[in-house]
Amino acid sequence: MSNHTQVIEKITEMADRMRKHILDMALEAGAHSSHFGGGLSVVDITATLFGSVMNIKPDEPEWAGRDRFILSKGHGCLGYYTALHEAGYISHDELMTFEKTDSFLYGHPVMNRAKGIEFSSGSLGMGMSLGTGVAIAAKRRGLDHRCFVIIGDGESNEGSNWEAAMAAPHHKLDNLVVILDRNRHQQTGSNAEIMDVGDAGAKFSAFGWHVEEIDGHDAGALFDTLSARRSDGKPLAVIANTIKGKGFSFSEDDNSWHHKILTKSQYEVAIEELSNTGAAS
Amino acid sequence: MILDKRKAKGLSRIGSRAAYGMTLFDLAPDYDDLMVVTADTSTSAGLDRFRNTYPEKYVDVGIAEQNAMGIAAGLASEGMTVALSTFAPFQTMRCCEQIKVNLGYMKHKVVFTGLASGVVLGTLGYTHCCIEDLAVMRAIPNITVLSPADCGETAKAVEAALNHHQSVYIRLTGGSPNPPVYSEDYDFEIGKSVKLREGKDVGIVATGTMVHASMQAAELLAEDGIEASVINMHTIKPIDADTVKELAATTNLIATVEEHSLIGGLGSAVAEAKAPLRNAPPQIMMGIGDSYDKAGDYGDILEHYGLTAEQISAKVKASYETD
Repeated sequence: MSNHTQVIEKITEMADRMRKHILDMALEAGAHSSHFGGGLSVVDITATLFGSVMNIKPDEPEWAGRDRFILSKGHGCLGYYTALHEAGYISHDELMTFEKTDSFLYGHPVMNRAKGIEFSSGSLGMGMSLGTGVAIAAKRRGLDHRCFVIIGDGESNEGSNWEAAMAAPHHKLDNLVVILDRNRHQQTGSNAEIMDVGDAGAKFSAFGWHVEEIDGHDAGALFDTLSARRSDGKPLAVIANTIKGKGFSFSEDDNSWHHKILTKSQYEVAIEELSNTGAAS
Repeated sequence: MILDKRKAKGLSRIGSRAAYGMTLFDLAPDYDDLMVVTADTSTSAGLDRFRNTYPEKYVDVGIAEQNAMGIAAGLASEGMTVALSTFAPFQTMRCCEQIKVNLGYMKHKVVFTGLASGVVLGTLGYTHCCIEDLAVMRAIPNITVLSPADCGETAKAVEAALNHHQSVYIRLTGGSPNPPVYSEDYDFEIGKSVKLREGKDVGIVATGTMVHASMQAAELLAEDGIEASVINMHTIKPIDADTVKELAATTNLIATVEEHSLIGGLGSAVAEAKAPLRNAPPQIMMGIGDSYDKAGDYGDILEHYGLTAEQISAKVKASYETD
C-alpha cells in the first residue's frame, strides 16, 4: 500500500470515528439540540487538516511553529471538537460534556489554547479577518506556518468576509488558506432560496485568490489540495462541495438538521449505518 | 514620556490626532513587535512619518473597519503590540461586534483610538461626529476606556495603553490647536483621576476637551465666591469611584461635563458610582443632547449645548445657589 493510500485511509477512518463521536454528543446534548448538519459537512475537511495536513503538536498546544486553525462557521463545532479529540487535545469524557453547564465545549467554540481551540467564533464573518491578521504576523516575522480558516456558504452572506477577501491578496498572504464548506444550505433554507452566493470560486478568483474546487468529502482531493504549499503570493481558497448532514441517510441534504434534536431511534439508525464502515464498533 | 512646557506647547499646536501619530513614532523603537494598523487614515492619525519610516510595522487595510479590527485582533493573538486607529464613529460602531467578540470575549489586546471624536468635525455632519462612543464602549466587558484632556495627556495615554494588560479605547477630542491643560509633567495612571483644582463647594468632573473648559469655569466661579474642585476624569472605565466618593463626601454639588451624549458617558459613569452612596449631593450633567440636529462650526455646537466655560460656570452657579 502506498504512503498516499495509507494517508487517505487514515483520514477516512478518523472521519468515520468523528461521525460516531458526533452521534454520541448530539444524543447526549438531548433537548439542547445541536448544529448537526453543518457539523457533519465539515468532518472530512477537519479530519484531513487535523489528521494529516496541519503541522501541530497536541502535547505542546501553543508551540509557535504550529499551523493555525479558525472555524469561522463556529456552529460547525461538532466537526471541530471531534477532530481535536482524535488529534489528542480533548478527552472523550470532555467531549461528552458538550453544551453542559460549566463545560468548555459550548455550542460555538470558546477560545481555549490549552485544548487546541485557537479562537472563539459563532458570530459569522469574523474568521477570515482574524486569519488575515495571523497570516500577516507570520509574514512579518518570517515564519512559515500556515493559517487555515473554514467558512460557510451561508456565512459568506456577511460583507466582512469580502473585506478580508480583498485584503489577503493585497498583502500577498500565500500562507492563508480559506476552505468554503459549500453545502448549499443556510439556517432557514437553501442558499438559492435565501441568499445565493453564486459562483464563489469566481468571486475569490476575481479578488486575486488561487482557487481550487473539490469534493469536500473526498479525502484524497482534500489532502492533495490542502497539503500543497504555495509561494506565489496568492492566498488559497478551496471551494469544498459538501453535503449538509453528510453520513446518515436521514440527515443528508435535509436542512431541517441545521439545528435539531437527535432522537434515540435516529441514533440507532445512524449507528447501524456507520457500522457498515466499521466505525461504530 | 516626560512632559515639559515646550513639549506641551508643541503637542498642543498640532492637535490630539497628530500627537497620537507622533507618540507612536517616538515609541516605535521601544517595541519590537509593534504593529500600527490604519483604515486609509494614516494622514488623519498623524502617521505618515511612521508609515514611511517603519513600513514593516505598519499595515493599511483600506476603508474596511470590520476587517481592520479582525486583522488587529489576529495580530494581537500572535503576541504583537497592536495600535489601530480611524475616525471615532467607524472605530467604535462600524466594527462594534468585532470589538465585542475579538477584544471583549476573546480578550485579544488591541489599543484602538477614535480620532476626532465629539463634535470637532461638526461641519462635516454627524456621520463624522461621535457622541456615542463612550456609552457603547463602556458596555463591553474587558475594555478600558480613556479620554485624554489634552495633547500631552494623549501621548501619556497612548504609552500607558500600550503597556496596559487589556484592550484600551482612547477617545481623542478637540481640534488643532487644542488648549493645553498640563504644562509640566505629572503621573498618569489608568483608573486614577487627577484633581487639578481644590474647592469645597462644588466638584466638577470633566473629561476630554471639557477639562480645560471646566478649569476656566472654575476661575469664573471663584470670582463669584464659589470654590470648585476640578477633576480630570481621563479614565471613563474603570471609573475612579474613590474620587467620586470623596467628592460626594466633601462638596455640596457634583457637576459632570463631557463632549459626549448625556446618555451613557462620563455623567452616567459618575452617577453609577454615586448611586449607592448615602447622603450624596445632587449631580448636574452637561454634555451633548440626545439629537443629531445641531451640526456646523465646532464652537457653535459647543455653545448650543452649553459647553463653553461661561455656560458651564453659569449652570453650576445657578444650581449651587438653588440648593
